[in-house]
Amino acid sequence: MGIVEAILLTVITAATPLVLAALGELVTERAGVLNLGVEGMMIMGAVLAFAATHATGSPYLGILAGIGGGALFSLLFGFLTLTLVANQVATGLALTILGLGISGQIGEAYVGMSGTKLPQIAIPLLSDIPFVGPLLFRQDLIFYLSIALVIGVNWFLFKSRTGLKIRAIGDNHASAHALGIGVIRIRYLAVMFGGACAGLAGAQLSLVYTPQWVENMSAGRGWIALALVVFASWRPWRVLAGGYLFGAVSISQLHAQALGLGIPSQFLSALPYAATVVVLVLISHNRRTTLINTPASLGKPFVPDR
Amino acid sequence: MSVAGASAGSPLLAVRNLTKLFGTFAACNGIDLDIRPGEIHALLGENGAGKSTLVKMLFGVLAPTAGEILWLGAPVSIASPGAARRLGIGMVFQHFSLFEALTVAENIALSLPPGISLARVAEEAARLSHAYGLPLDPKAHVADLSVGERQRIEIVRALLQDPQLIILDEPTSVLTPQEADRLFETLAKLKGEGRSVLYISHRLEEVQRICDRATVLRHGKVTGACDPRQETPASLARMMVGSDVAAVSAEGTNTKGEVLLEARDLDVAARTPFAVSLKNVSLKVHGGEVLAIAGVAGNGQGELFDALSGEYPVSKGEAVLIRSRPVGSLGITARRLMGAGFVPEERHGHAAVPAMSLSDNLVLARSQSDRRAFLGGGVLGIIKSAAVHMAAKRISAAMDVRKSGEDPPAGSLSGGNLQKFIVGRELDRQPAVLIVNQPTWGVDAGAASRIRQALVDLARSGSAVLVISQDLDEIFEVATEIAVISEGRLSDAYPARALTREKIGLLMGGMHGERVPEAAHAH
Repeated sequence: MGIVEAILLTVITAATPLVLAALGELVTERAGVLNLGVEGMMIMGAVLAFAATHATGSPYLGILAGIGGGALFSLLFGFLTLTLVANQVATGLALTILGLGISGQIGEAYVGMSGTKLPQIAIPLLSDIPFVGPLLFRQDLIFYLSIALVIGVNWFLFKSRTGLKIRAIGDNHASAHALGIGVIRIRYLAVMFGGACAGLAGAQLSLVYTPQWVENMSAGRGWIALALVVFASWRPWRVLAGGYLFGAVSISQLHAQALGLGIPSQFLSALPYAATVVVLVLISHNRRTTLINTPASLGKPFVPDR
Repeated sequence: MSVAGASAGSPLLAVRNLTKLFGTFAACNGIDLDIRPGEIHALLGENGAGKSTLVKMLFGVLAPTAGEILWLGAPVSIASPGAARRLGIGMVFQHFSLFEALTVAENIALSLPPGISLARVAEEAARLSHAYGLPLDPKAHVADLSVGERQRIEIVRALLQDPQLIILDEPTSVLTPQEADRLFETLAKLKGEGRSVLYISHRLEEVQRICDRATVLRHGKVTGACDPRQETPASLARMMVGSDVAAVSAEGTNTKGEVLLEARDLDVAARTPFAVSLKNVSLKVHGGEVLAIAGVAGNGQGELFDALSGEYPVSKGEAVLIRSRPVGSLGITARRLMGAGFVPEERHGHAAVPAMSLSDNLVLARSQSDRRAFLGGGVLGIIKSAAVHMAAKRISAAMDVRKSGEDPPAGSLSGGNLQKFIVGRELDRQPAVLIVNQPTWGVDAGAASRIRQALVDLARSGSAVLVISQDLDEIFEVATEIAVISEGRLSDAYPARALTREKIGLLMGGMHGERVPEAAHAH
């Protein structure tokens, strides 16, 4: 395996959790709900995936635990903001703080333990293609899921009827309610999808990225995912592009630091953020399409007047 | 849904003793109403009379507190808009329930039963829109459409359900007279097919022109049921208002003074993709004149107000002149200090902070222009409550503002009373220039006439008044000069006496013409 292949593999591993978490948040926000608790749901997914894998020996059960844990944790957010109509920003922030705390508590027993790495699945024939094969077709299940989810969510949002309802609710929840669309019910589902995706992203961290449990191992990735959604103007393919761009620049700057080019390390560490913002701003220069894709009722509480 | 079960003359829909309470307030109180098959039935009433509440109950958006609804003679409970549609009731809302970010076809598909592909919806919508003379492009985004086009989507959306009863809530309030005529043709076609129409309006001429029967509401109660063609506008108005409405007196002569407000080749680029850009707008208002700017909503009225008031200053100082001094690049306070006053369109959150008391709202607006009267303590700027309260009292008395308590929060006043206070707040300063956007939007007839009279009186005292309005009745009542705004361009100003409704209608629509969807969006 050449050095380029090795670098590209680490880029994919770094990008996958960002893409997953951002994609989940994209669906949540398309339904008009702003959940700032991505970081918290992600870390809950990570610790539960590690614990379940440790208890059962099966990383696949670990993945399920991560997804389920993230979804259940987001349900708490849903109950507070959708049923009790609490402030979404404050509740989301609280969810992150709570998730970091609880995960530290649960994970205390697992600190320093070696984990089980999610096995790679080689796809017959395709994985034998030189260069591309080992990169894209000899990967773990979560990577395949992330790509399938981007395609699936893009189709679902823009071609399916439920996707249309989600976009309608995000644009104008009062009108959607007047048409008889179950605003609260669909928002619950969208919030839980976001939680499940964040949980899956967390599972990737503790089963693939670094197969062990470290406190705070999400390390701000939830916040980057949140920013990606906005800069990608709520479109799935742009989330994929943004996630990989961020992953690529952050891995390259690590290599650049290792080479000792004499550039201040602080500057290099900031580079992925700067590069992602610049590129995504450039591709979002068309303000009309951006506005059409921005959920107009994002973060606004909905109380049906009945 | 077929009407075969209803014998001729028996009602399609009947409402018995229908009541809706919000807390202790009865928005609808024991309403009785019959709608026969194949008739256009008017529901008349002032703002706040309970019309919208009533139709929301008929369409399943609100649940009645008491009373029953009969469909073809059988009692029904309409629990949701979906249930109303299944019965055969379609609704066109006053404030459109459209999704701006979605296309026309997507908007329509949302209200149809599941299992119909988007392609079929688009086809069917195109077919229906042509059959009823309502041209539409299914692929266009709603955000890019005019208000008239948006209304067509609502109508086509309702028609796709094949309804027996179509409810239209104030449909012409946003249309040019010509667009309204086309709507009436569509309604006649629907009536010819045996469908019934419930037509909600407070415009008497329209109701007399197209409606077979009318039910009049006031304060949540039915105050009259009649054949509108047998009534006079005055007798209908009496039923609506409960008393005669004072006509605005335009007697006396206005002496034309010097130019106090002027715009010269004012260009403003659109701030958002959905906003209108102003192109080459020039106008002059002399002292003693009321210049009214007519136009259909969304043709640049808001942008014009922003530029003239200084909410969004323009780069070219000479583009706006107040008392011959260039103010284009100055903000609102600087313009106020030169003797101008402004009343924006939005009462809540723009002209007033709803949660704050009237006196606080008074200080917010005039703390700079009336600094010496309202603030003390030099740089500290301590509010002189006694002076402010006195001024608030003076304004309330001058404009006959009815309120609960001495100094209630602005949000607790009814729309009409709050608007009287906001207009009074500016008039109290005797401004040399007053610019008002939509002075009586959503205001009851009594308050509207009070406000209009105040505007006319101010001009008579020598000030220059600019009124931006979509209400032609209002414009003819107050204006000495009239100009029309359309797609961000302003027509020449004409003396009000030289203009007719038809001429204004032509200026509104004729300057840009009807958009032909096929040509405008070639895909």
